[in-house]
Amino acid sequence: MLKLERVLITQGNFSVHADMTIEPQKKYAVIGPSGAGKSSLLGALCGFVPMVEGRLTWHGRDITDDAPGVRPMTMLFQDNNLFPHLTILQNVGLGLRRDLRLTAKDKENVERALCRVGLTDMAQRMPGSLSGGQQSRAALARVLVQGCPLVLLDEPFAALGPALRNGMLDLVQQLVTETNASLIMVTHDPKDVARIADEVIFVAGGIAHAPQPAKALMENPPAELRSYLG
Amino acid sequence: MALRPFAISTRTGVSAAALVALLILAALWAVLTRAEYGSGLGPAEWSAIHFTIVQATLSAGISTVMAIPVARALARRQFAGRGLLVTLLGAPFILPVIVAVLGLLAVFGRAGWLNMALAGLNLPTISIYGLHGVVLAHVFFNLPLATRLLLQAWQTLPAERFRLAGQLDLTPRAVFRAIEWPMLRQTLPGTAALIFVICLTSFAVALTLGGGPRATTIELAIYQAFRFDFDLSRAALLSLVQLVLAGSAAFLALWIIPNISIGGGQDRPHQRWDARGGVQRLVDSIAITIGALFLLMPLSAVIIRGLGGLLVTPASVWQSAVISIGVALCSVAVLLLLALPMAGWIATAKRGSVEAIGLFGIAASPLMIGTGWFILIHPVADPVLFALPVTALVNALMALPFALRILVPPLRDTVQVYGRLSQALSLQGWPFWRWVILPRLRPQIGFAMGLTGALSMGDLGVIALFSAQNHTTLPLQMYRLMGSYQIDAAAGAALILLALSLGIFWIFDKAGRAHAQA
Amino acid sequence: MKYLTLAATTFLATSAYADTPELVVYTYDSFVAEWGPGPVIEKAFEETCACDLKFVGMGDGPALLARLKLEGARSDADIVLGLDTSLIAAAKATDLFASTDVSAEYNLPIAWNDESFVPYDWGYFAFVHETDLTPPHNFRELGDSDVKIIIQDPRSSTPGLGLLMWVKEAYGNEAPAIWNSLADNIVTVTKGWSEAYGLFLEGEADMVLSYTTSPAYHIIAEEDETKVAAPFDEGHYMQVEVVGKLANSDQSDLADAFMKFMVSDAAQSILPTTNWMYPAVMPKEGLPAAFDQSIEPGKALLIPNEAVPALRKEALAEWLSALSQ
Repeated sequence: MLKLERVLITQGNFSVHADMTIEPQKKYAVIGPSGAGKSSLLGALCGFVPMVEGRLTWHGRDITDDAPGVRPMTMLFQDNNLFPHLTILQNVGLGLRRDLRLTAKDKENVERALCRVGLTDMAQRMPGSLSGGQQSRAALARVLVQGCPLVLLDEPFAALGPALRNGMLDLVQQLVTETNASLIMVTHDPKDVARIADEVIFVAGGIAHAPQPAKALMENPPAELRSYLG
Repeated sequence: MALRPFAISTRTGVSAAALVALLILAALWAVLTRAEYGSGLGPAEWSAIHFTIVQATLSAGISTVMAIPVARALARRQFAGRGLLVTLLGAPFILPVIVAVLGLLAVFGRAGWLNMALAGLNLPTISIYGLHGVVLAHVFFNLPLATRLLLQAWQTLPAERFRLAGQLDLTPRAVFRAIEWPMLRQTLPGTAALIFVICLTSFAVALTLGGGPRATTIELAIYQAFRFDFDLSRAALLSLVQLVLAGSAAFLALWIIPNISIGGGQDRPHQRWDARGGVQRLVDSIAITIGALFLLMPLSAVIIRGLGGLLVTPASVWQSAVISIGVALCSVAVLLLLALPMAGWIATAKRGSVEAIGLFGIAASPLMIGTGWFILIHPVADPVLFALPVTALVNALMALPFALRILVPPLRDTVQVYGRLSQALSLQGWPFWRWVILPRLRPQIGFAMGLTGALSMGDLGVIALFSAQNHTTLPLQMYRLMGSYQIDAAAGAALILLALSLGIFWIFDKAGRAHAQA
Repeated sequence: MKYLTLAATTFLATSAYADTPELVVYTYDSFVAEWGPGPVIEKAFEETCACDLKFVGMGDGPALLARLKLEGARSDADIVLGLDTSLIAAAKATDLFASTDVSAEYNLPIAWNDESFVPYDWGYFAFVHETDLTPPHNFRELGDSDVKIIIQDPRSSTPGLGLLMWVKEAYGNEAPAIWNSLADNIVTVTKGWSEAYGLFLEGEADMVLSYTTSPAYHIIAEEDETKVAAPFDEGHYMQVEVVGKLANSDQSDLADAFMKFMVSDAAQSILPTTNWMYPAVMPKEGLPAAFDQSIEPGKALLIPNEAVPALRKEALAEWLSALSQ
């Protein structure tokens, strides 16, 4: 499990406090007003945003200072999740080997992942020749081959249409279930919460509140959350 | 504990920069150790410093001002051959000086086309030697550079502004004041500063067109101190003056020099609704015609003379050509080894001022570096064996500042856009270069390689200090042919040199752009 | 392993090579050019010496001397060929040259008795022009005319230095005035003779500083009789080109043999039609007919070698100040 112990995240002149535990195989939604620090929270978990105070542990091991690439998690950003100059095979393959010396078995793995996300026979295509939805699927294929115990989504599907987005969310849900991973996703849409999340992390007023069961929280939101949901 | 925003290992970059500084300072040190107590700066040296600044100021001012109408005309006219003309505008900058001088003489020389025409009309003829000759040659080299930089800036203006201007039916003058002048005010100082710095270290132009002691640049004075008087202390002193003068000018200019983007000005011009009147049309046509004639006539002269000369070109010219190609390729390799790590360091460094180290290359005297290394190498080995490597190295150093200007901005963008993803995938070190930077920067790397190859191919400088019979580069061989009554053969060699310089640039540039992905 | 093989091959190659001794001769560029005397001299000498003669071209005369100073006593050169009378004193001041006992029956307008240097060819400086020009008859007329000339930089070239001495010898204290009047005739000052002559052939000037023997080249090699040298009535300055042996030469005997060869008929008969100068020793077959058309100066001017360095300094300052204005 991932533990945030009295963590303070500072970026520019705003900061977020967090103290919580992320359980294995659960799906968390991070919600809150714009600019409250949702992305910063995810960035801090991944190691892109410094934690000024407190510590982050993974199964008891302190990973506060670890480089992003060695943490037990993978993240999909709002954009630029694929290298446009590499083929889909290479992009996904980077999840397995950094030097891209893919063995036959690695390639088979990649093909299988691509197949799983519905991109059969797209391995040699360049990202630019794929639709937005297909690009998201390719990025998910890489998440799949990486097989990290934690998957973080910073609204990677925001640019997709509603139907496509729901499709992607369902696929994500299936994938994390298959790989026994935990999912932490930022969203603006209460319907996403209902669709996918077990628990909700509400970020507002400089605090990332500890996770609470989604259903109960959404049915009976506290005052602050209620004003956000409108 | 602040996490670094992104980590390209700075170690190689810092080492490369240190190596550059070491190569230059070791040479300076070597020259100083051999220098006897000198006479300091005499009147001749002060007059060289004065002349250097005057000619660089004039060259920068005239090139920039002349570039305005040409760039403006190119920015608002679409005509057949525009793309080709813009491409050719890139040519003079990478043209070997010695070839360009031959071309300029054919057009502006005493028996050149222009004076023939003037004499035919019973007008007084003009002379190409002296200050105006030096400035003329510098304008020839740098007007195209200025035009490209300005054209590039013109095309960054949002098309919507011209649409708005069209809707308001603004006059061309009003469009200029409202839209174009504010852009120019930002771009002109940097453009002029870049040309000023380039002209400060001018050597071969002053050597061939200076016309006497009146027109001596600092670099030429360094050459004279080394080659004629063997006055090492004066040479070292002048090298220091140049290092400080050109170095500080370059350092100050660093903040305003525009980035050199590849393929600038190749896009279609904006659609414009102003400047449709006959007068504007006429003004633009004149600007383009004069600009094109000024740049293309000397080039044509070299080609026309050279075609005849090819038949009498001796075999030694072809051997030199092979050597020159080898030297150019070595320069390109050295440049990549220095420029890429340095660019990586500069792009991720908090302060851009480290780019100034690259400017050493433009400020340090190649002849000083050459002589310094000659002194260092001589006790342990035959310097002639090192003539070609040292030449390749010095040529790479000269191209370094330009390469950094080309590489750093896209590298910075790449790190910004893909740094996070790369970090999340743990891509560092060589895999990061191999799979992210090199493919993303491929067009810029190709461009920088082409530029270096061409500059190196045409350089006549350091090799002259080390020259031995069998290790002659093509510019030196051409220079020798000129000096041995073999004018036709020299013209042939000039054509070969021209073809090689433009060719090596074209090949690298093309290879960089081929298969470039969005 | 590959490196070992490479090293071994290189070593074997060098040692095989070392069986024939190598004589290194530093000279000026145009001497070693394939159309110059170098290749022919090399072939002819190697037939007699069972050695490998290696010419190394080093720019013009003063550059040759500068290079030698740069290398000092560690120089690989055995012989320096191509210094001239104006540079002899400066060359001796380096203490790098050995004395020699080579001498010959010289055909020079002056007596030769230098202990280190052996003359191999000589000539008179002169302004060369096209036949359709009516040339001035002296420097004063030249200065008053609007005839355009190209000269060489005295700091970098032996003809340039020769011209400096020519004016100084002919006009003494009036030399600065002469240079002032010449300033507006000078189209450009080039680094070496080659550039100047090239520019002249391109039509960049009416006259160029060269040699009285230059027209012979055009007559013989190009059958072109339109180039002539202008006789000046104050006389013409002489240049004697010399060859000398370095004291640190590791091929001393071979170097002596080469110096002897340079004044032998074999070398002397080559020089007129390759270096386009008068031979220091008259060849058995005499000079080519075209040389007869060369002008004969009324007076040969030459400043004694030892007096050159001091005069050079003074004359150079005058020249610089006249041409810097």
